[in-house]
Amino acid sequence: MSEPRLLILIPAFNEEGAVGGVVAEVRQVMPGAPILVVDDCSEDSTAAVARLSGADVLPLPAHLGLGGCVQAGYRLAFELGYDFVIRVDGDGQHDPRYIPKILETLKRENCEMVIGSRFADGGGEHSGLLRRLGIAFFRVMLRPILGKPVHDPTSGFVGVNRTALALFSKSFPLEYPEIEALVVLQRKRFRFIEVPCRMRPRRAGRSTITALRSLYYPVHVLLGVFVNVLKFEGRRK
Amino acid sequence: MDRLDHVMIAFSVLLMVWVLASLRRAHIRVEYSVSWLAAALVLFVIFEWPSGQRWLAQALGLEDAHLAVLTIAGAVFLAVLYRLSLILSRLKDLNIAVMQRVAILEFRLQAMEKTHNGQ
Repeated sequence: MSEPRLLILIPAFNEEGAVGGVVAEVRQVMPGAPILVVDDCSEDSTAAVARLSGADVLPLPAHLGLGGCVQAGYRLAFELGYDFVIRVDGDGQHDPRYIPKILETLKRENCEMVIGSRFADGGGEHSGLLRRLGIAFFRVMLRPILGKPVHDPTSGFVGVNRTALALFSKSFPLEYPEIEALVVLQRKRFRFIEVPCRMRPRRAGRSTITALRSLYYPVHVLLGVFVNVLKFEGRRK
Repeated sequence: MDRLDHVMIAFSVLLMVWVLASLRRAHIRVEYSVSWLAAALVLFVIFEWPSGQRWLAQALGLEDAHLAVLTIAGAVFLAVLYRLSLILSRLKDLNIAVMQRVAILEFRLQAMEKTHNGQ
């Protein structure tokens, strides 16, 4: 039987200052694993830096936003037959040393998704007050919907297996996708597990969630969650 | 007829002319022009027909005929705008799917070319 194939997926938008280091770190931790940087039509030289660092680059012809960018990577990974995809953000906040732990958990637990959680062991030192408050709110809100607690619903450091890949390549929230993706999984009765990870401050660039957008974010996510709850359909046989 | 009637009639005629001109220059597709032409036509008929305005006001339980007409016109324009939002949302989803497909096909084509050239 052939070894399951893993792809490291790095969505990036204007991350020329950080993406090269992220690719190099991933390569160090997972030598031989293919790395795909999905460049969301950056205005800087993100794609060129990623190529120089040795990653494959999927350049999007227009800016699609985080969800569209990640989904493009999932679609390609699914079409190329990958069994596992682990997403690492291009800003350097996710420590690639935790990739083996996420992969091992995906394989061992046979669950559809593993989340690298900054709060699972009581950490979370690099999160601002506003973000912590938001996460606390969504934790409480998601508990009855998911039927189990989730410590870090906004984490983008996630690994998925081929079953979730098939689902996400067809249906994936296009903006602020992390929280809604959990509800999409729940709609199918898929399982997720959190593993404790340390997050770091971003190395360069700026977050796409500005002060104004941070007001809009909870409204958008709440509506998305509500709509997904209405769409609940159970696990298909 | 008072000044507001004349203004609204002129507005509805202008709207119709504008939509038809846009159609002629292919700036708007026929299926999307229909909503605007219908809205302009309804406005024109209502303001051209004062007894119709009074009937509308009575039906809505309003004393002011103009207020009744403007209420209905507002509702019609909201409905048209909502329809356009639906169309925009569908187009955005389609655009994203097309962009992703183009990027993936380009990626796979380049990979095939590399393999073919023995790189």
